[in-house]
Amino acid sequence: MKRVYPNKDYCIGCHICELACITAHSKSKDLILAYTVERTGEGLSSCKRVHEGGPTCVALSCRHCDEPACVAACISGALQKDPESGRTTYDREKCVGCWSCLMACPFGAIARHPLENKIVKCDLCFDRPGGPACVAACPNQALKQEER
Amino acid sequence: MPATKRKAHEDAMTYVIIGNGVASIGAIEGIRRHDQKGKIVVIGAEEAAAYGRPLISYFLAGKIGADQLALRGDDYYVKNNVELKLGTTVTSIDTAKKAVATDKGETIAFDRLLIATGGIPFIPPIPGVQGADIYSFTTLAHAQTLIELSAKIKRAVVIGGGLIGLKAAESLHDRGVAVTIVELAPRILSAGFDEKAGALAANRLKNVGIAVNCGVTAKEIQRDTKGRVKGVLLTDGRFLETEVVVVAIGVVPHSAIAKEAGIKVERGIMVDAKLMTSAKDVYAAGDVAQALDQLSGEHRVVPIWPNAYNQGYASGRNMAGAKEPYQGGLPMNSISFYGLPTISVGVVNPPEGDPNFEVHALLDEAKETYRKLVFRDEKLVGYVLVGDIDKAGMFTAFIKFEMALAGEAKDKLINAGPEVFLWPEKLFDETWNPAPAKAAR
Repeated sequence: MKRVYPNKDYCIGCHICELACITAHSKSKDLILAYTVERTGEGLSSCKRVHEGGPTCVALSCRHCDEPACVAACISGALQKDPESGRTTYDREKCVGCWSCLMACPFGAIARHPLENKIVKCDLCFDRPGGPACVAACPNQALKQEER
Repeated sequence: MPATKRKAHEDAMTYVIIGNGVASIGAIEGIRRHDQKGKIVVIGAEEAAAYGRPLISYFLAGKIGADQLALRGDDYYVKNNVELKLGTTVTSIDTAKKAVATDKGETIAFDRLLIATGGIPFIPPIPGVQGADIYSFTTLAHAQTLIELSAKIKRAVVIGGGLIGLKAAESLHDRGVAVTIVELAPRILSAGFDEKAGALAANRLKNVGIAVNCGVTAKEIQRDTKGRVKGVLLTDGRFLETEVVVVAIGVVPHSAIAKEAGIKVERGIMVDAKLMTSAKDVYAAGDVAQALDQLSGEHRVVPIWPNAYNQGYASGRNMAGAKEPYQGGLPMNSISFYGLPTISVGVVNPPEGDPNFEVHALLDEAKETYRKLVFRDEKLVGYVLVGDIDKAGMFTAFIKFEMALAGEAKDKLINAGPEVFLWPEKLFDETWNPAPAKAAR
């Protein structure tokens, strides 16, 4: 399957991927409304997070592991592995907010929703024509989606 | 017969799985990763398809409905070509003839067998514990019983201040029942948490009106002339009036059927690196198994949800011939008490005075936050987080991947928190940004 791979040698820490992520996952699909209205009002948050360590930075999100620790830990069946697409899928309705996945994922790729007992996790923009918004928005090709 | 002619049964394996909990789901997914053709038969004693067992506390509390309990979708068993036999108990295993017998009078042959029968509630020999009004809280049927009961009763005593007991107490409280918890140890959550984390959780429970009594236990359960429970006499002489007692001391491996079949059982069913038992082609996984523990290198029964899935998965792929060993389990628990989240992973209570361990703890009682890090041989081997749990997974990474933490890196981990830049370059590249041929998935 095609995954998103981050390159820390190219990342300039501009956070544009995070903005692209919230826009893609917003109702309005408008950057300004997503950031000013939906982020503050509804807790819309990015699945991608730019990590900074001194001069180095890198944008990380769910790796969609072949054998994901989050799926093993999920008590409700909200997180599952889709054998066909290879994605690690999240069903928001089933999630009870027990945070087991957040504990089990050694990649720190799962976050708590700021307002609800739900998690925030990358879905690879599976329903977005053109693929993941973060990859499309990265100005320095620090994010690549490819088969490896 | 020409030697090249293959027997028909070599083409498709028959996998029989006893038990229909999360280890069973893991096994189905592990088998199907490597074998799409083989036949899978799942035999479950309960009436329901696999459900999120820890969800029974959410169900009892009225937070979710019965329709939200299933662990997988309606079409899951059909899609995975699994024959599901529910409400059926396996009565014996014949390891030589490779067949199991059920209480429905069936005999089912297997090429590979998985015993994933889980745990059964441990009921201590307290005088008066046998009889009416005593309940456990480990199955959906138990939850349904307690829901019906909660409308009729005013008081309940929960014996056991572990995860199951506290969740039973919280859920019954949410149903309007006045609940008292009795715990023998000096603190609640003594197994997976330390004193300070236990105290923060206990305060939350006390603040909502649940009585928490530590350092005492039930000496006797007293009954009236009709045999109904009147109350619980405690070891400190107090008497708690109650109509119902929930016994939640813990679970023990449900291993009787394996023992009777001559399979090696210590505390649980002993398994090797492939999760195979002492009987060839018979495997065990989940709460019934005594499997490898990553940190101690020993075989232990650690009845927690992620271990059960992972053992099921590892046994599944090995039954299907993948020859990939089980990497060992890591104790971990995530649980919230009235909105106070807590997480505990690995070794959190190192032996007192053991110079091999180093502990860094930070408590803020006003903010209800606590963070404890436990190191051994310059590696992180355990942690507890209360309140602020957002970096849990990143801490887990250091334990799971057994990353060496030389001076500065350890200081950074303690003072600034876990960061991916503290990872060895090689591990970072292999996991996050691998060269095409080396992708670790």
